[in-house]
Amino acid sequence: MTDQNLPAEHSSDANLPAHANEALPERFEDPGLPPHIPRRADVDEKAAKRAELQVVALFTLSVVGTLVFLVAYFLIDIDARAYVIGIGEISLYHVVLGLSMAASMGGIGFGAVHWAKTLMPDTEIVEERHPQASPQEDRDGAAAILRSGWQGSQLGRRPMILQSAGVAMGLFSIPLVVQVAGSLGPLPGEELYDTNWRRGLRLMIDPSGTPIKASDVTLGSVFHVMPEGFIGEPAHENLTAEEEMKAKAEDQVILVRLDPSDVKSQKQLDWGVDGIVAYSKVCTHVGCPVALYEQQTHHLLCPCHQSTFDMTEDCKVIFGPAKRALPQLPITIDDEGYLVADDSFREPVGPSFWERG
Amino acid sequence: MSTNSGIPQGADSLRTSSSAGATATTEKADTSPKLAAPIVWSDERVGTAKGMRFLLKKVFPDHWSFLLGEVAMYSMVICLITGTFLTFWFVPSMGHVEYNGSFVPLKGVGMSEAYASTLDISFDIKGGLLIRQLHHWAALLFIVGIALHMARVFFTGAFRKPREINWVIGAVLSLLAIIEGFAGYSLPDDLLSGTGIRAMAGFMQSAPVIGSYMTFFVFGGAFPGESIIPRLFIAHVLIVPALLVGLFTAHIVLVAVHKHTQFPGPGRTDNNVVGFPLMPVYMAKAGGFFFIVFGITALISALVQINPVWVYGPYDPTQVTAGSQPDFYMWFSDGALRLLPGWLEFTVFGTTWSFNIFLGSLVLLPLVWAIIIAYPFLENWVTGDKREHHILDRPRNAPVRTAIGASAISIYLVLALACVNDIIAIKFGLSINDLTILFRAMFFIAPIITFPVVKRLCISLQRADRDLVLHGTETGRIVRTPEGEFFEVHEPLDEYTRYTLVQHDRQEPLSALEGVPTDEHGVRKPMSLGYKTRRALSDFYFKDQIQPVTPAELAAAHSHGEHDALESGHNHEALPSGQEQVGIDQGSSAK
Amino acid sequence: MKKLAARRRSPLALMVLLLLGLTMTGTAYAALQPKADPGTSAATSSVDDIAAGEALFQANCASCHGSNAQGGVEADSIESPGPSLIGVGAASVDFQVATGRMPLNAPGVQAPENRMNLKFTDEEITQLAAYVDSLGAGPAVPDEQWLDLEGADIAEGGRIFRTNCAMCHNSSGTGGALTRGKYAPSLMNVDEQHIYEAMLTGPQSMPVFNDNNITPQEKEDVIAFLKDVEDGGNAYGGNSMGSLGPAGDAAFVWTLGIGLLIAAAVWLGRKAA
Repeated sequence: MTDQNLPAEHSSDANLPAHANEALPERFEDPGLPPHIPRRADVDEKAAKRAELQVVALFTLSVVGTLVFLVAYFLIDIDARAYVIGIGEISLYHVVLGLSMAASMGGIGFGAVHWAKTLMPDTEIVEERHPQASPQEDRDGAAAILRSGWQGSQLGRRPMILQSAGVAMGLFSIPLVVQVAGSLGPLPGEELYDTNWRRGLRLMIDPSGTPIKASDVTLGSVFHVMPEGFIGEPAHENLTAEEEMKAKAEDQVILVRLDPSDVKSQKQLDWGVDGIVAYSKVCTHVGCPVALYEQQTHHLLCPCHQSTFDMTEDCKVIFGPAKRALPQLPITIDDEGYLVADDSFREPVGPSFWERG
Repeated sequence: MSTNSGIPQGADSLRTSSSAGATATTEKADTSPKLAAPIVWSDERVGTAKGMRFLLKKVFPDHWSFLLGEVAMYSMVICLITGTFLTFWFVPSMGHVEYNGSFVPLKGVGMSEAYASTLDISFDIKGGLLIRQLHHWAALLFIVGIALHMARVFFTGAFRKPREINWVIGAVLSLLAIIEGFAGYSLPDDLLSGTGIRAMAGFMQSAPVIGSYMTFFVFGGAFPGESIIPRLFIAHVLIVPALLVGLFTAHIVLVAVHKHTQFPGPGRTDNNVVGFPLMPVYMAKAGGFFFIVFGITALISALVQINPVWVYGPYDPTQVTAGSQPDFYMWFSDGALRLLPGWLEFTVFGTTWSFNIFLGSLVLLPLVWAIIIAYPFLENWVTGDKREHHILDRPRNAPVRTAIGASAISIYLVLALACVNDIIAIKFGLSINDLTILFRAMFFIAPIITFPVVKRLCISLQRADRDLVLHGTETGRIVRTPEGEFFEVHEPLDEYTRYTLVQHDRQEPLSALEGVPTDEHGVRKPMSLGYKTRRALSDFYFKDQIQPVTPAELAAAHSHGEHDALESGHNHEALPSGQEQVGIDQGSSAK
Repeated sequence: MKKLAARRRSPLALMVLLLLGLTMTGTAYAALQPKADPGTSAATSSVDDIAAGEALFQANCASCHGSNAQGGVEADSIESPGPSLIGVGAASVDFQVATGRMPLNAPGVQAPENRMNLKFTDEEITQLAAYVDSLGAGPAVPDEQWLDLEGADIAEGGRIFRTNCAMCHNSSGTGGALTRGKYAPSLMNVDEQHIYEAMLTGPQSMPVFNDNNITPQEKEDVIAFLKDVEDGGNAYGGNSMGSLGPAGDAAFVWTLGIGLLIAAAVWLGRKAA
């Protein structure tokens, strides 16, 4: 056994002055591994037998779990529901499969570890370490190979090879990089500056796609709005799914009616209709829909990072990480009394980008 | 007793040692074991036996904290298994479909194929929901395991020479793990994860100069486009896992090369590793632990719902849900985005600089990992320590390092909690505005408070260790001397316990070790800026260090404090007459 | 209800439903014009009810809302003694009083739901509503037709909910935070009638969703969607951890989740007895 006879020269104290009578060592000496204390199963055959049975029981539990899983997989209806105390409603199928798999896996795991802990040797073993560094001989050998290789390649004598190879190696990956980077997507162009809103497009309720009369917008109400032709059936018919999603991402607008006496900005009233105002719903921070409208305070809150905009002050930021006010959509009324856009947005909507200015 | 190359034979060998007959037969059978035929076959072709001899003897020390990395490793394996299953049914496409599966509340709703196939996996594939939940829970446990493993390695100084490379690999692995997680939970294209991708587009767009180009390249055009899910899919199932598995293999190979570190204790040195051999103990323990991790993950997946995408609905850019958070490992970044104030964005010469956005995202992530990767090299530069370290530091014995780690964690926690400010607000009836302001302040205050508190705590613990070594443990017995003085009888530590408390190295600042550099005439030499910084940092690290007790100090303590030397073996009779022993609670002892 | 919805999913049914919805929208539009003449909804209330309601009002509400329900001094601020109740309608009274929000116990950022402690009987609430309605008609208590959830389309309700409601109330209807300590309450276990009335009247921070914005049929769909969630329609994979999304998952995995694994690791690393 190796536990007690740990050689002293392996301890870190080996190079300290020997224990003299008058001079105490600078550091305590390593007393070596403490004596091994046997476990119950080491000395008591009954305890060992008990441990053996426990391990067998755990492995058997695993087998039972596996069988239950198989039976459940084929016999339980996938739509069956169960009520479990402490959880509530749950899919019966799911919970039985999950628990039986837990038993199937856990049984093996706990069984194996219990077996190792109680019955396998628990006397600690000492493995020697050696310095990571290679012996000097190996270092010298490696250096010799490197040098003779360098000489054999003649790179030292013919520097043009070295230089041209270096340039070639430095450049060969560029075509690959250009191919992938250049083809991943189109250049942004003017896309970030414009939306689908145009003068005369009706404001339509999202998602039903019904037009809105000014009288529909009562004080305190809020409408989530998309431009005519970009929501509901017409959009499904005329646009690809990608175009429809893009429209939703940039054209979404929030529409409310404010008491004109609350509004602090004349521009805001001028761009609206009798206190009805429309603003881009895309946050100027990172672009979540700023959709939480508090009708008493007239605050708009973004649920992602809590930028707060004051609708009575031209949607200026009053709290949170956004900097810019939400862009306002100028609106008016058409011949039939429906709300329409008077113009497109006059600035880019959504998150900031470097070249927007 | 045993002839088997020093490997102990377990319970049976101890018991049978008393009955010679039984031993004789076992040993005879054991003396010349032969390899099984298949192993011989493969040995003749690839030299299996050499590798087995090397590997099966490997010794692993027992400590629960050494298993945190295994939690991460096994969770990754579970993710690989369940993730492979999921790819059989998942459709990584943003093509539009009308849902017609068995989940009634979404019937007829338009959605992407990715979302529809996730619903199918959840409701129409037998056991699919279990596999999905296993995959997601294992992913969370993977990252929790990594975080705790990393903390263990940091606080015990296991990153020191020769393990710096493995620390760097581990740090890169942890970054890859959270990228993998982000890509993974974005794949179902549900309202919650779609909002996360929307935010990602927003912060990529904020990058100076290249922002809008980068966004259009990654999304294949304007947000949302139809490319991001397929691209994230290939990143999630191929690119990142390949890197993860490759680097992870290197991580494990280096563990084998370096052999495992061990906690200090009697018999444990920088030149050995003490523990249990792979064959058979760790084969059963580590192998069994895989099944334990799998079993517990299955138990959790059976009983606790995770990422119920059907609750969130399909992604629609006009919609959003209250309580939109990413998975926890992205919280620190999202929290930073919530805390950074809007005035950090400004316009110069017609260009917009959104520091409020890119500081918390594009800068923060690389910055955090750069600091993590740089730390071992910084500490090594300060200490100038060239030795190999295989004995772990007890965190208290490196008070400044421990305090640095704790302060870093406190900043991280502030950022992470800032990301759930709306949840905290509603659960505790607070205001999100107040919470945001509080977290902004805490970002600066938390580390300033944490650092000295943790450092002092470590130093107190070191002092307590010293006291324990010098004065032994309190026995609770109070003794009165003939002079009427009361003292408590202390029992000295046994040498094994004591060694654990005194084995660590003395640590002294450069200013104490090297003094003021002078030339041969005793004139102060000018110090280079680098050396000055190093000296200052060395002071910062080790000025308040409490040194381990030396044998001389212990001897002095014994001779000075006569009563401390009284052994517990001394009883009534041994005490001179006139002294009485009073049984008082040790806490109320008077001196 | 689920079965019904499942069967209705043919293109023809969709057309019929669309037609039906449009017809109903029109009808509802005519019947429930928010600016209806005073008295249209009050017509059903007897003079006795109004008188009894006035007595209740004077005793319980007038101190904040004024003796003529004209509102307190600073009627516009949130912290004011109550706002004017002229024209808020019976639906508003029923919502506020029958959910226990009014009478308010103490001023705060928001009147909390308090169904455990209702001050009035159903009859008294009707009387109170009749009185307030008589002062200037507003939205009436919804018709039973829109509350029975018969033929309601859960999926359509879910769509409307996610566009108009989920940003405050959470996609699972469990509520969420607003600014400065205000909050959108949980919608679980709320009476159908009260959900409807809340959409119609926009109590406190909540905006109004009048019948031109969300039609009565759509409101019924939304209620059906919420009732389906309440009945466990979303519960498949186990405990939902309070429907907190990733925050709940994180809370679990950092406590019990990793705790179980660490317990197993401690057991594994400890020497057996």
